[in-house]
Amino acid sequence: MIETININKAYDIVAVRKNFPALTREVKGKPLVYFDNAATTQKPQAVIDALVDYYSNYNANIHRGIHTLAEEATAAFEATRDTAQQFINAESREQIIFTSGTTEGINLVAQTWGRQNIKAGDEIIISNMEHHSNIVPWYILAQEKGAVLRVIPINERGELMMDEFEKLLCEKTKLVSIVHVSNALGTINPVKTIIEKAHAVGAVVLVDGAQSSVHLDIDVQDLDCDFFVLSSHKIYGPTGVGVLYGKKNLLESMPPYQGGGEMIKEVYFDNITYADLPYKFEAGTPNIADTVAFKAALDFTKAVGKDNIRQHENALLRYATQQLEQINGLRIIGKAKDKISVISFVVDKVHPQDLGILLDNRGIAVRTGHHCAQPLMDCYRIPGTTRASFAMYNTKEEIDALIAGLHKAIKMLS
Amino acid sequence: MNDHKTIEEIEQEIIEEFSLFDSWDDKYEYIIDLGKKLPLLEDQFKKDENKVRGCQSTVWLAADYKDGRIYYKADSDAMIVKGLISMLIRVLSGQTPVDIVNAKLDFIRAIGMMSHLAQTRSNGLLAMVKQMKNYALAFKVKQQTANE
Repeated sequence: MIETININKAYDIVAVRKNFPALTREVKGKPLVYFDNAATTQKPQAVIDALVDYYSNYNANIHRGIHTLAEEATAAFEATRDTAQQFINAESREQIIFTSGTTEGINLVAQTWGRQNIKAGDEIIISNMEHHSNIVPWYILAQEKGAVLRVIPINERGELMMDEFEKLLCEKTKLVSIVHVSNALGTINPVKTIIEKAHAVGAVVLVDGAQSSVHLDIDVQDLDCDFFVLSSHKIYGPTGVGVLYGKKNLLESMPPYQGGGEMIKEVYFDNITYADLPYKFEAGTPNIADTVAFKAALDFTKAVGKDNIRQHENALLRYATQQLEQINGLRIIGKAKDKISVISFVVDKVHPQDLGILLDNRGIAVRTGHHCAQPLMDCYRIPGTTRASFAMYNTKEEIDALIAGLHKAIKMLS
Repeated sequence: MNDHKTIEEIEQEIIEEFSLFDSWDDKYEYIIDLGKKLPLLEDQFKKDENKVRGCQSTVWLAADYKDGRIYYKADSDAMIVKGLISMLIRVLSGQTPVDIVNAKLDFIRAIGMMSHLAQTRSNGLLAMVKQMKNYALAFKVKQQTANE
């Protein structure tokens, strides 16, 4: 018996879609169906307008200039910090460090806090479902310091094995760096519990929010995480901007990351004093335009309403799951109880790359491959998956197009 | 093995065959069919030294040199790549090292499959073309040394 899934009528999908110009284009003569949102989302007109407005009207270097344009640019740049602070409910605006993205955020913590605090024999816990960006920086640090990486295993459904996590925790655990939501599986991890248990042994916790920030309500104070990192481009914002949140005492105790302008108070050849937070970690001219436009993305997301978006996306997820499960030989990878709108799957005797090419040929953009999570693929003993990930603007009809495209592709390939 | 058509002649044949298709689906169906028909590579050849790595799919390539000509065998875990390999083998296998090294392989662009070569990260095809030419170069050098 197939459950009837109603896509919320009150959610004005037509109006939402009108905000995204890229959605009107065609690919290979077919209307674009964009299901690669976990890689990056399309941008609303408000974000594009903010970029154009910045470069057209008040492009200037920030913080140092005395002239009007510099003041306007600085105000707009700093306004994004305030909005980002509200977006994740950080205690203060000084705890919002702008980075180039999640990857830089994690590397910043590894190279500053990590190098200062991790010693030989210390243990860093990550999980089997991490993105390479939350594996490699810790691997490099562990190599340098003689520290040990410990990995939380996952079960068949793609959930963390929490009992195994607890067994890994000990007085040697200095850091737990964990993904909030898996990019390849969609699993929502119980980070609040993880943080609580890690804190009990005195470990610091970094939460990788690259995938979670766009779907879930983020409250870093409620989570009580020590660090939280996210990327603008996965929240309908421009590429090249991210946020690193950190607890104030930690950020204050950390050495600077990169040296340069903006991050100093006074420079003498024999003595340098560093700027206060957040500027200590923002050396050089930042990515002003994209940071300014990031605010438009956060405002837009707030205006549509994260609750509304989540309801819409969850309905799409249920519908797509139900439809995909009808396809012979198709297996969904990642069946966690708590998931966001990401579906990874494999089809018997069909290589994901072939599916990706044939779907693209019908205008359908999905992601194929290992999703930068090779250890996870190894765990399932598969070379990769095909992944469809949904955003606020996707529709039930687009899922129907995916299903039809899959049927056709599988027929061609078998 | 080969009735000694030149590389350009075989390329032209493929271009003409593809001109008969009116849709991309038909083109892909044909390529997939070629992939399915490509003889399976024996396991003995599927060793690491024959592996041409792509980010998403793997290609295995082996070459044999006989009477001044090179004969290729190849396989892939992805079907469309395998079909494209089949065409490359049809064009290059049985040719002389010099001709293979100099081959421009313009047919790939002419039949609209250039994107599969451009996506260097996502499949092993471009790496495979390079590897085919590397074999040819190696045999060419060997040939020259033997002639001296």
